[in-house]
Order: sequence, then C-alpha cells, then structure tokens
Amino acid sequence: MNGKVTKKTSIKDFIFDKALILVLIAMIVSIVIIEPAFLQWRVIKDILTQSSIKLIVAIGLLFTLLLGGTDLSGGRQVGLAAVIVASMSQTATYAGRFYPNLPQIPIIIPVVIAIAVVAVIGYANGMMVAKLKMAPFIATFGMMTIVYGINSLYISKEPNRGQPIGGIREGLTFLSSTKVFGEISLLVFIAIAVTFVAWFVLNKTVFGKNIYAVGGNPDAAKVSGVDVNKVIISAFIIESILVGFAGILEVARTGGANSAYGFSYEFDAISACVVGGVSLSGGIGKISGVVIGVIIFTIISYGLAFIGVNPNWQLIIKGLIICSAVALDMKKHAYA
Amino acid sequence: MENYRLKVEHMSKAFPGVQALDDVRLSIKSGTVHAIVGENGAGKSTLMNCLFGLYHPDSGTIAIDGKEIQITDTTTALENGISMIHQELKPIPFLNVIDNIWIGRFSKKGIVVDEKEMRRKTVDLLADLNFDISPQTLAKDLSVSQIQAVEIAKAISYDAKIIIMDEATSSLTLTETEHLFTLIRRLKNEGRTILYISHRLEEIFEIADEVTVMRDGKYIGTWDIEDVNIDELINYMVGRDLKKRFPEKNYETSDEIILKVTNFTSADQKSFRDINFEVRKGEIFGIGGLVGSKRTELIESIFGLREIASGTLEINGRQVKNENPQEAIKNGFALLTEERRASGIIPMLTVEENVLVVSNKKYASGMLGYIRKTVTEKIAKDTCTKLDVRTASIKTLIRNLSGGNQQKVLVGRWLLAQPNVLILDEPTRGVDVGAKFEIYKIMRELASAGNAIIMVTSEMPELLGMSDRLAIMCEGRLAGMLDHDCATQVGVLKLATKFTQKSNISI
Repeated sequence: MNGKVTKKTSIKDFIFDKALILVLIAMIVSIVIIEPAFLQWRVIKDILTQSSIKLIVAIGLLFTLLLGGTDLSGGRQVGLAAVIVASMSQTATYAGRFYPNLPQIPIIIPVVIAIAVVAVIGYANGMMVAKLKMAPFIATFGMMTIVYGINSLYISKEPNRGQPIGGIREGLTFLSSTKVFGEISLLVFIAIAVTFVAWFVLNKTVFGKNIYAVGGNPDAAKVSGVDVNKVIISAFIIESILVGFAGILEVARTGGANSAYGFSYEFDAISACVVGGVSLSGGIGKISGVVIGVIIFTIISYGLAFIGVNPNWQLIIKGLIICSAVALDMKKHAYA
Repeated sequence: MENYRLKVEHMSKAFPGVQALDDVRLSIKSGTVHAIVGENGAGKSTLMNCLFGLYHPDSGTIAIDGKEIQITDTTTALENGISMIHQELKPIPFLNVIDNIWIGRFSKKGIVVDEKEMRRKTVDLLADLNFDISPQTLAKDLSVSQIQAVEIAKAISYDAKIIIMDEATSSLTLTETEHLFTLIRRLKNEGRTILYISHRLEEIFEIADEVTVMRDGKYIGTWDIEDVNIDELINYMVGRDLKKRFPEKNYETSDEIILKVTNFTSADQKSFRDINFEVRKGEIFGIGGLVGSKRTELIESIFGLREIASGTLEINGRQVKNENPQEAIKNGFALLTEERRASGIIPMLTVEENVLVVSNKKYASGMLGYIRKTVTEKIAKDTCTKLDVRTASIKTLIRNLSGGNQQKVLVGRWLLAQPNVLILDEPTRGVDVGAKFEIYKIMRELASAGNAIIMVTSEMPELLGMSDRLAIMCEGRLAGMLDHDCATQVGVLKLATKFTQKSNISI
C-alpha cells in the first residue's frame, strides 16, 4: 500500500469546509451595511459581555457533544444554579428575602452549594448514559423536566411563593459590574479564563484525550484500557459544573434570578458548537471553533435585533443556520 | 509436566440460547505460532474474547507460565502480557496514529500528556517494525492495511508475551500478508507467542507451528502442523467429509451477452478508468486484483452507488443509466455488498423481513399497499428452503444466524427481485468452510439458470475455482482477462501488479 497520505486542499474544498462561516460572515457584513451604526464600541462591548456566559455554557456542552452525547437539561441547570445562589445571596435589608432569617453568609457558600447540586445532576446524567446505556438525548430530556420541577418547587417555597429573587449582594454582582481597563466587564475575562482551562484539559491531559477517543470510537477506547464509563460520567459532571457556574454568573449579571432562567440555553450552546465545527456524532470539535461559533451566533442574534428584524423571523433564521450547520457536519464527517 | 506459556482448562461460556464454549481447553507452548481454526460459530472469537477480558467465562481457568491468573477486563489482560489485534475494530478516526497507539496509557509529564515522548516512542516503534506510516496521520486517512499495521504496532507496544491475531490478514493483500508473516516469525524468535486465527487455511500451513481445531464450542484437538494436511483439517472443522472445495460446472455458457460495460470511468480521478467488459448469460465473471485496485468502486458505480464521469452500460442490448440503486434494481441489477454487517443485513429484523426488504412492493396488494402475511411467509419459507438457509424459523432475528446463513438470506433477497445481473462483492468473506461450498453451489445454480454473475473476490482459490472468465484490475485499470482453463495464481498476480511500482506494494 502507498505509504504516503496525500492531502490536497483545493479552493473548492476550502469553500465547502468553511461554507457556513462564510455565509454567516456575509450576513454580518450585510447587517453592517444596512446599519453602519452597528460597528460602535458600545455594541461590541455588549456582544462580548453577552457572549461570555453563552461561551461558558457552550464549552460545557462541548464536553458532552464530544462524546457523541448532548445535555438537554443544561439550560435548566443554569436556572437551578442561579436560583439556589440568588436565594442565599440577598442583602440583609432587602424586603422580600427568600430566607428572611438567614444572616449574611460568605458568598462562597451558596456558590459551592449550587455547584454541588448541579454536579450531582451531572453525575446522574452520566450514570444514565454510561451505566444504564440510555441515549443521551432521552436521558437528559427527562432530566430537563426533573430539574425544572425541582427549581419550581424550590422557588415556590414559603414565603417566596415563586417570586423572582432580587437584591443580590455586591459580593456577587461585582463579577459583572467590575470593569477592567475601565470599559470591559470582568465577565469577559472570566470567560477567557474558563476557555483557556478547558482548552488545556481537552488538549493536554489524558482525560481530554480520552474524551476524544471515547467520542470517536468507544469500543476501541475500551479495549485499549480506557475506563469508558468513568470518562462519560466525568464529562457530564464537568459540563454540569460549567453550566452551573454560568448560572451563577447570570445572577451576577442581572442581579436576580427566577425559575425561567437559563431556559433553552443548551440549544443556543449546541447551535454555536455546531456552527463552530463540533460534530454531533462525537469525537470532533475544538475549543477555538466553539469560541468562533458563540461569537458569530451572538453577533447575528444581536445584529438582527439591531436592524429591526421581526423576532419571529429571527427564530426562523436561527433555525435555518442550525439545520445547515448539521447538514454540513453530516456531509463533512461522513466516516464509514 | 510440560511447560506451557498459556493453559486454558474447562472453559465454558453460554449466551442466551447458545453454548458458545463447552469445556474448552488450550495448551500453548512458549515462542510458537499457534493457529486456532473452526467454522464460524465454533467459539474461536468467544474464547479469544475471554482471554482478553472482554467476556467473562462461566467457568474455567487460565494459567500463564503455570500460574493461574484472573482476567477481569482488558486492563488485567494487558497487564498479564496478553494483547489482541481485533478482527473488526476500527481505530478512532479523528485521532492520529500516535494517539491511537498509546490511548489508555499516555506518557505524562505532571498532569500534561507528554506529546514529545509519545511521538518519539511511536517513531521508534514504527521504524523498528519497518512500517512506513507518518505518526501524525489521522486514522481516517489511513488505508486498510495501514490501519492493520497500526493495530499490530499497538499490540506489540504493550510488550505482550501473547499476541492474539483474530483474522489479521482479512484485509491485507498478498504482499502485505507476506510482510506480516515475516513480522510474526520475528516476534516468535523474540520468544513471543502468537495465537493466530484465520479462515485462510493456506496461511495456517505457512505460518503456524501447531493448530487447534474447534467445532460447535468444543475443543476437537491440537496437532503439530507437520502432522495434518488441509483436507484433514477441514474434516475436523466441519465434522464431515468435504470432498471438493468447488462444485462442478455441468453446463455450457451461452454466447448471449447480457451485460456490456464500455469505457467506464469514475468521476473520482483517483479511481478506475477505461473499463470494458462483457458478461454472458450463465457466466460467472470474476474480478480480481489487490486491495486498492478499485474493484469495489467499479461495481458500485455499475450499481449506481457512485458517480461515473463517462461510459455506457448495456443490458440485453438496451442502453441503461444507473443513476442510483433504485434505477439499477429496476434495470435488473442486484448487488450483494462487501460489508455484510454494515450494508447488508438489517440486524434487528427477522429473516422474513430481511428477505422481503427489496421486493415488498411487488407483493403488496391494493391501493394501500397492504402486504399479506400469508404471502410473505410463504415467500420467505420458499427462499429459505431453496437456498438451504439454516434458521430456527423465518421469524428468527437475522443477527442470530451464522455469517454463511446471513449471506444466503441476502442472496435470496436479491433473487426475489429477479435480476439479470447479480453482482457479488466478496461473497464468502467471513463465511465458514462448509457454508462456502453451499454459496458456491447456489452461484453455480443461478448461473446455470441463465443469470449473469459478477463476483469480486480477494480469495485466490475462489477466483480461480469459480470464475468462468477472470478480469484482473490493477490501479484502477483493467490489466487483463483470463479464461478459467488458463488462469493460474502466477498469471493472476502478474496482471494484478502490472502497473504497480515495486515500492508501492509494501505496507
């Protein structure tokens, strides 16, 4: 057999490979042409801030997507973590406190509790997929409903009775209100830090490499001595911790929380990942792709609203982008 | 007591409905190549999977160098010096060669994977084995034989005392097989023990020192390879006398041309070009060539699965275009694909449903396309009788049948479509010796009934024994045609390497 592997990338292949990104860039250019005011510092700052939390959710989802899985409960976990943190981080003077008699505890305590709760959910998701061999789509679909139920029960507790939680202490909101270089929200830098750590884990550690291996071919990974179940469960836990963290940042950004928080975030995250070249069949996807996907997706959502496109049309356009991304993914990565 | 590297005793393993292993024993001497043969379903793979920790036997002991060990999973198998090259395992497509070899035991520097060290070890390993593969290549870009080479390199990299090779040569060309044998001999001289499983009995006589025969999950016996011949071995395997390997041809092929292929050229420039041939009524037309000679691509293009740049097809003098398989079927073509499991059987359906999947429409009645159960049951039963499919019932799931019987069901499926041209790609791949003969018989019967049959095969005896005429392909071109009576192994090989440069046919 021929020992050399020749790889020719023609212009045609390149365009095919990058087709979606090119179309999306064309869309962004059109938005700028229609409304040149789009290119102003305030808008760019907004987009960066909005991208930050979405990026953390998307990176979380990347861990499960790489396994060929998904997590439909991701968005609801954002909401649960948000509500838990918010319920314990209110100022003592706030009128409608969730826990009227709770003293001002260090912020780290609610944060740890929230993260621990979603980590358990991640563990449960991982167990269902790894041990019970359930399809991730179905397992996490069930979990989505369960988590929302838990969240609604919790927020309906006396004396709160389902009211949105407000009056979040400075100790949490500073994460969003602090401006670095006097301009850019601290959130952006937190997102960058998370991105770097995730890149490191996925590319430089054994666990990261095992994720790609299990996603690419679980049987091959298994016979090579990889503990496939452990990798799956760990990936789901990491994903939950990341989306839980995103929920906490969401509280910091908005200064409150309610049970609708995080709804459908996982869909935006999955869409952004797919646009960024993550394959839904598993084993393929880079952090850099996710970053590009999230930013492009945010620009387009923001841009469409900015030029005054009817919100219903915005939904249709987003849906079309997702379908084309998946269709291209299937064509590109068809591997028998 | 003699010293054995590996000793298995009283091993049994049952699956629902099957006793896969029944009190099996195995004694393997150190530094030998020990072949294990048997028909499909004889329990070879089950036994190997038990040794490698993929299955847990119900009972029995495993001892290495006289010391009894427990193998609970693949990790403990590897720790005990047993590694395995798997029959049907694909590598991880989007990881490179380095990662594929070292997965599960990456070198580490602190918490970071030490890429440099792994790369160095990979280069050394591949160089030591004489494999010309770039370590950075992604597995999906490797050829079949390169994948095999990587798997071998991986198995050796565990520094295994015992290497199990399960059908290691099934996708290798002759030259590559020779290369593998050289390697196996070298491993043997280093004191390693090879457990060699193959359907190709000729190979076993070339490479093995001892051979163990299994049948129906039972241990039949172990012989020194010098003390048995191929016919005896086959008799032990099937438990009955198999006089001939190929059925007699007792009719004359007519001169009537059924299929005419003219100037067939693939749309893919790296594939085949300028292919011309004719197939006559009642003829078995064999297409041979090395792996990579684009035989499969050619027949898949004829069947409309792949695009062509130019060329015409004539069937019974009428020019047709097979743009897709639906049209091909309408035009009287049928294709039994090479990958029975991937694109042939529908595993979770019954034998009956599998038989009818192509022709359901034909037996549907009324406007709503209602399919009457009595009709389909009768057809399925007739097919099973006609082709001698051995199945408990037509309601059995096809995945529970042996490879040979699955293949017969697939032949039956296509016969219902009443094709003029039946194309068979590797018709006996993974089919055991006894069932092979039955498939050959069916092919002969179909040909004598006036079908034109095209057979693509990598098995030399099959190509020489079954084909009325042979076309040999090389590097996407037709290297030449041979008649049955004057075709020899040497002649075929000469044609198969006609356009190949020497340097290109090593792994």
